[in-house]
Amino acid sequence: MSKPVLKISNVNKSFGGLQALRDINLEIEKGKVHAIIGPNGAGKSTLLNVCVGLLKPDSGSVTFNGGINVIGKSPHEINQMGLARVFQTPEIFPDLSLLENVMIPAFSKRDGAFHLQLFRSLASETKITQEAKEVLASVGMEAKADEIAGSLSRGDKRRLELAMCLIQHPDLLLLDEPTAGMARHDTNKTIELLKKIKEGGMTKIIIEHDMHVVFSVADTISVLAQGAIIATGTPDEIRGNPIVQEAYLGGAEL
Amino acid sequence: MNSIKQQLMNLFKKQSDLTTILLFAAGVLTMPIWLDPIGANYPDLLQKFVIFGIFAVGYNILFGLTGYLSFGHAVFLGVGSYTAVWSFKLFTMNVLPAMLFATLISGLIAAAIGFVSMRRSGIYFSILTLAFAQMFYNLAYSVLIPITNGETGLQLRMHDIRIIDNYFSDPAPGLPSTELFGMSMNGYSGFYFCAVVLILAFYVAMKIFRSPFGMKLKAIKSNQHRMRYTGSDTRPYLITAFIISGMFAGLAGALLAVTDPLAGAERMQWTASGEVILMTILGGVGTLFGPLLGVGIIKYLENIFSTINESVLQQFFSFLPQWGENFMVAIVSPFVGDGWHLTLGILFMIIIIFLPGGLMEGFQKIKKRYLTKGVKDSESTTKQE
Repeated sequence: MSKPVLKISNVNKSFGGLQALRDINLEIEKGKVHAIIGPNGAGKSTLLNVCVGLLKPDSGSVTFNGGINVIGKSPHEINQMGLARVFQTPEIFPDLSLLENVMIPAFSKRDGAFHLQLFRSLASETKITQEAKEVLASVGMEAKADEIAGSLSRGDKRRLELAMCLIQHPDLLLLDEPTAGMARHDTNKTIELLKKIKEGGMTKIIIEHDMHVVFSVADTISVLAQGAIIATGTPDEIRGNPIVQEAYLGGAEL
Repeated sequence: MNSIKQQLMNLFKKQSDLTTILLFAAGVLTMPIWLDPIGANYPDLLQKFVIFGIFAVGYNILFGLTGYLSFGHAVFLGVGSYTAVWSFKLFTMNVLPAMLFATLISGLIAAAIGFVSMRRSGIYFSILTLAFAQMFYNLAYSVLIPITNGETGLQLRMHDIRIIDNYFSDPAPGLPSTELFGMSMNGYSGFYFCAVVLILAFYVAMKIFRSPFGMKLKAIKSNQHRMRYTGSDTRPYLITAFIISGMFAGLAGALLAVTDPLAGAERMQWTASGEVILMTILGGVGTLFGPLLGVGIIKYLENIFSTINESVLQQFFSFLPQWGENFMVAIVSPFVGDGWHLTLGILFMIIIIFLPGGLMEGFQKIKKRYLTKGVKDSESTTKQE
């Protein structure tokens, strides 16, 4: 087994009297798509926020790429490590054009957290411009490159946000309910896109409600219930697991 | 005929750095000609146009690109003036060292104020900058009197040491005047010198607007949260923008002292900071030319509109019968002379309500309408062919 990209060990987190995460142990393997599912309030978002260093766990550790500590790092440090994130509501730059939206993360990747180049002309950035156009094309949005991002539909904003993450070639991509609030048509388009990215071998964690999405794209699934992981396995194993059916699916057939 | 029009439009669309700066330089240097018909062609006012132009162009780098609204930029204007006058008193009447020192020291103070203020955003940032501005303003009248000379203002004196000048030649009788290697900085020569500085400052601002750095600042303005998760540490970017705009303001302050070598603390009052905000919004926040347009309008109203009195109005309306003349004078007079603020206020409200992007938004709309019409025309002609 190859080294895990992200390793979560013995993580506990409680808010007041509520224990949101109980003794979580998870290893995300390189090149795999790992889905985390669970009913509302199971602790999925808390777990994700711990993974990106946004929330400090009460105990336990989260390490990235073979031992780099994640906890307590600021968002830009996390990203510079190679961890990109897609939010539940798409976070883009609404006042900039699509092309600029994709160029910015490429600049951040190339320049690091802070780099002063006051007089470098944008027109001379042909390499990044070209790259941004290619990435936009890979999500099928090259025709809209000069449009202002704020006017896009929600599904298109999501695709743009994915493009913004893809151009950075992150070691790990975190997707928080990538199809939340989307129409069926947009959901299917997003699944197609996620499958396409999967072929590229990028490691991903997906948090998702939509079982259709999860079973279409995931290699491994962990089921979270009441703050604890009750099962981890392949989609088929999870589908046939009686505990999962009992706890999460209420005994319903999948 | 059509192809020339097409080429012109292409030139307009592309807006390469070179064409922009050449057009701009031509526009600024010919100001005495095209401002003559509207009565604004006198050196004092021309100097103010270009000096406050530098102030506004620099302010726009902060406010226009990052969206951070500073209420304290007049501090840098004042610091620039004081530094320049001190350079005249201590070293030389040559304006270049004065401008250099003024820019550097305002940059240093901007770094300090920016470092603290940028810990907060939005309204809290604005209040912090305002607090700093008021602190400097009041210090100038109290603790800092040895540097600022209090209410009298800092002026040149006969017995100033002026180390460099006095080393090379004996002091001439009378107060010396500011100069650039022998060229006096009064009147039109002063204007042309400031105009060249404005063109350079504009060039710097344009390069920043069109650099990856400028694009990153726009991204911070658009969604700072996303910018952080995209791997950029936003605070140093914001502080840098603050320092640059502070340096522009310091340079403008130095030029105020170059054209009139005295510095007073009233230059640092918060109303002066408010003025540059008005200018920027009036012309168009975040556009290259907008702030300059705002400067032109406000300084014009302040200096020309405010001098129109009743007798001028009576002359203007003298073609009307007596009762009509009296009527028109009565209606118009509250808006001119001392009432020019009323005109400014109404203009400001109209623009904010109908053109939130400032006058530049209006021009963009007109240009867009014209351009799309032009494209349609050429399309239809090609179809006919």
